[in-house]
Amino acid sequence: MSSADIYREIILDYYRNPRNFGKLEKFDIDSRDTNPLCGDEIEMQVRVGDGQKIEEIKFTGKGCAISQASASMLTELAKGKQLEWVKQVNKEDVFEMLGNPDLGPSRVKCALLGMKVLKTGVYGYLGAHYEDPDVSDSMA
Amino acid sequence: MLKTEAIDIEKVRADFPILKRKVHGKRLVYLDNAATTQKPQAVIDALVDYYSRYNSNVHRSVHTLGEEATAAYEASREKAARFVGSPAKELVFVRGTTEATNLVRFAWGEKNVKKGDLLVTTLMEHHSNIVPWQLLAKSKGATLKFVGLQPDGTLDMGSFEELLSESPKLVAVTHCSNVLGTINDVGAICAKARSAGATTVVDGAQSVPHMPVDVGAVGADFYAFSGHKMLGPTGIGVLIAKKKTLEDMEPFHGGGEMIREVFLDHSTWNDVPYKFEAGTVNIADTIGLGAAVDYLAAIGMDKVREHEVLLLDYALQALSEVKGFHVYGPADPRKRGGVVSFNLADVHPHDLATILDEEGIAIRSGHHCAQPLMRWLDVAATSRASFHVYNSYDDVDALKAGLERARGIFKL
Repeated sequence: MSSADIYREIILDYYRNPRNFGKLEKFDIDSRDTNPLCGDEIEMQVRVGDGQKIEEIKFTGKGCAISQASASMLTELAKGKQLEWVKQVNKEDVFEMLGNPDLGPSRVKCALLGMKVLKTGVYGYLGAHYEDPDVSDSMA
Repeated sequence: MLKTEAIDIEKVRADFPILKRKVHGKRLVYLDNAATTQKPQAVIDALVDYYSRYNSNVHRSVHTLGEEATAAYEASREKAARFVGSPAKELVFVRGTTEATNLVRFAWGEKNVKKGDLLVTTLMEHHSNIVPWQLLAKSKGATLKFVGLQPDGTLDMGSFEELLSESPKLVAVTHCSNVLGTINDVGAICAKARSAGATTVVDGAQSVPHMPVDVGAVGADFYAFSGHKMLGPTGIGVLIAKKKTLEDMEPFHGGGEMIREVFLDHSTWNDVPYKFEAGTVNIADTIGLGAAVDYLAAIGMDKVREHEVLLLDYALQALSEVKGFHVYGPADPRKRGGVVSFNLADVHPHDLATILDEEGIAIRSGHHCAQPLMRWLDVAATSRASFHVYNSYDDVDALKAGLERARGIFKL
């Protein structure tokens, strides 16, 4: 697979016109993280409604097309779902959402940053701690 | 292959086995030399020769192997010292520039910096010339301030003079920026800092590998550089300081080799520079560095510099023809090192690096361990192409073609 496939029309579209980009006036969850390797940055805010449902979700950030498109697409998927869904969502779901691009190990982190930020926020809201399975963060 | 007038590029390229390798089926175009350089066969051979013929500890074994290893280790000190115009006894081997600045932080800083003192560095520094001083300032209750930059990416000497009027204890500055390529007039900076009473530290990680450097003419109290950025192995670097300065300092690491006598309640120290080389030193890589110095000296650092200036001049012209290309740092190739940091329209550097990698082109993308500088440039990251002696005009052409391909993929 070549980068012509990674950077498909839809990824570029979400990069240049991110959905759910911005800040919420009222929110219950506010979570932010960076990828020290790239300097990619994502912040997510969530308003939780009745039945532990994600009523509103927005993100801000800067970084590569993959990190920003992935975060934006994830907010669309998450909206209206229950917090439990966020706990269950995994990296295969994210790859599928992105069209299963063939990302090298250094770029996988870009794709997964949004999910990590959302999970960290939701776990914190539920009084738990999210342990990122990938602890190989390094190189600042 | 198009030649610059400075160097016989085909002969040089034949000395670097890695350049024969293909990446994704393409010729390797290695343009990440500011991060680390490739190694000539002579350096690889020196490592193999040491391990296969005379591997032994240095300075303490009287057998033949020990004598040979010690002679080769100390010969490397002589070579590296001569390469930058320093007496050999004033050259301390360290792991790299980062260890050198940390050595100064502890061995000089803990003794000499007091509460309320001012430490000065600049906005264009690598983290290795910022973070040690932040840590020192924090532990001592001192203040760290930064010399600002001009819009063209050179130091704001006005802000430097202002800081000097506050009588800083330390001035730490890079000889050549790893992002902007800016070559600083470190001779003048050190002279001014010295008359203001400051001790000076110069980061030579991007200068010594690329241009003739005479540390005597620079006149810094401490001058540091890394072996792996000058065709040598990783894990070996150099700190240079006057004998008297080194003698007045406390040791950095305590242990074997750095002592003269050890008693239960105190110890006395070995002569400099051995006082700062505790434990079994990095013998193999030091010998490898000696071979790298021999290799560069045989070409001549004036030729290396001239070659890079020609490449830089060509690259700045060729790449600026690519629509959306924006370069950072001084425009005059004579005033910068062989580093081209840039952005291409709204393509993020990491996306660009992925696209270029498919063409066999290795560039660096990210913040280059210079986050304060990235904030000053108001960018999250940049792409960076950096040259060394084996790069050619063809490499620049390949990069240009890669940028055009990236424009296509990003539908620009």
